[in-house]
Amino acid sequence: MANPDMLATTLAATDVMGRAEPRGARPRKTLSRRNVMLYGVLIVVALYYLLPLYVMLVTSLKGMPEIRLGGIFAPPMEITFEPWVKAWSEACTGLNCDGLSRGFWNSVRITIPSVALSIAIASINGYALANWRFKGANTFFAILIFGAFVPYQVMLYPIVILLREIGLYGTLTGLVIVHTIFGMPILTLLFRNYFASVPEELFKAARVDGAGFWGIYFKIMLPMSLPIFVVAIILQVTGIWNDFLFGVVYTKPDTYPMTVQLNNIVNSVTGVKEYNVNMAATIITGLVPLTIYFISGKLFVRGIAAGAVKG
Amino acid sequence: MSADGPPGRLFKNISAKIASIPMILTAVVVFLGGTLWTVIYSFTDSKLLPRLNFVGLAQYERLWSTPRWIVSIENLAIYGILSLIFSFVIGFLLAALLDQQIRFENTFRTIFLYPFALSFIVTGLVWQWILNPDFGLQHIIRGLGWENFTFNPLYDARLVMFGIVLAGLWQGTGLIMCLMLAGLRGIDEDIWKAARVEGIPTWKTYLFIVIPMMRPVFVTTLVIVMAGIVKLYDLVVAMTAGGPGTASEVPAKYVYEFMFRAQNLGQGFAASTMMLLSVAVVVIPWAYLEFGGKRRG
Repeated sequence: MANPDMLATTLAATDVMGRAEPRGARPRKTLSRRNVMLYGVLIVVALYYLLPLYVMLVTSLKGMPEIRLGGIFAPPMEITFEPWVKAWSEACTGLNCDGLSRGFWNSVRITIPSVALSIAIASINGYALANWRFKGANTFFAILIFGAFVPYQVMLYPIVILLREIGLYGTLTGLVIVHTIFGMPILTLLFRNYFASVPEELFKAARVDGAGFWGIYFKIMLPMSLPIFVVAIILQVTGIWNDFLFGVVYTKPDTYPMTVQLNNIVNSVTGVKEYNVNMAATIITGLVPLTIYFISGKLFVRGIAAGAVKG
Repeated sequence: MSADGPPGRLFKNISAKIASIPMILTAVVVFLGGTLWTVIYSFTDSKLLPRLNFVGLAQYERLWSTPRWIVSIENLAIYGILSLIFSFVIGFLLAALLDQQIRFENTFRTIFLYPFALSFIVTGLVWQWILNPDFGLQHIIRGLGWENFTFNPLYDARLVMFGIVLAGLWQGTGLIMCLMLAGLRGIDEDIWKAARVEGIPTWKTYLFIVIPMMRPVFVTTLVIVMAGIVKLYDLVVAMTAGGPGTASEVPAKYVYEFMFRAQNLGQGFAASTMMLLSVAVVVIPWAYLEFGGKRRG
């Protein structure tokens, strides 16, 4: 019977009826009103966040006459998928009129090798830094982390020269190398911290059993660290897919990634603006990272938290 | 058979060193070398091609007397200050709301964070469409009866940066909320109990106890956000392409234009070195405070 909550409620009730001046800590009698406020605010904010996605979707499903007639928030009276088809296979950038599909496949051809290469290199780096520390390793690591904060603009041109020297400027391979380089600081940090948390005994036991650098990496560390690999993949796929600056600097119109091509389609000054096609193109470009985001859920959050929290 | 005896230190180090070659090359050649290269060439009169003909601070003098650069800096300051204030306030408030042991916390968090998964180009294009004067927000509100309602930031030189801030906030606040939420979850439950026993109102507990305790989280978030602000580029390109006129130019765009369009490398190098300087002013004191005192084993 002596439930403190109940007691508080009873006291509160007598408060309301009896004395005008309450004393002590405020009891939680306004729980329901507080909840209405709380959820009310959260729902309003959530609607605000969802609004652009909704606008994008409904605009892409309308015909142009309907867009000229009504507001951007109105749901489509007549759903048409024509803008999607047009955005994918007919929209023009400059002289090319084969739609976003070209950019999409370029982005696929950029993203897959970049993600694989950057994660392979960074995981080995992280492993070497965490378990096989050699003299000077931390200095290189410090420089690497410093590189994460330097504005990319500072390194844009030297990399143009490097790529030109090895004959990869303007190619997809060149862009893959650039993504591998700029993904390295954060990924190395991620893997270093993860491998550092693996119990030392395990590592020592493997050493006693005669396993070497690569043996321990492939037989012990790799199988144990699947979650961190998934986090790294999420981080890299979204990051590389969404990149614009490197795409614009290091590729040519034929090899432009999707974001660059999207921007060229939507912001081209020639021709009649087809807002529905533009929004369809925009949503198609956003679809890959959004899908990854909604599927991965908590792991995505872990990825950005890992990216944000210091080592 | 190296596996038999205990391998010497040298041997063990060699494996790790060979494996670290890509990292060492990236760190030394690209990051350190590239940065130094750009800084050195910012003192030359390089035009179409880089060449080592030193002209002292001439590029910097020209930079700071170019109205377009001044506008860029002002715009970055407006964007930076506004987005810092609003994203921290909104991000913290949302985190505090989500920390009230509410139901559907995951759903709300998913919704607040999803814009962060999108590219700045996508974000910029959606908001360009929402802020379109003929079809978007202005059109809708005029249709509701306010005939003279005007909200057309993207075509108004005085307001254009506010339009960009609006889109930037939509995309970035979720990240801050997430980091703040992690910080709030790190606060010991006993602190809350003690505050409750003392009869301190919730808002006061947040303001005077919890927020001061979250200082490290705030500082780290601040550094990350500021490093991101300096890089502001894609969003502007997608939303306004720097327009109307040069009203929404930003430093990163200035660098790109001079390096790859105007064939004036020296200006581009000087401008990017200024960007580096501005980041260094923020990051070096932070890194010193954060990592300088305590050595990690």
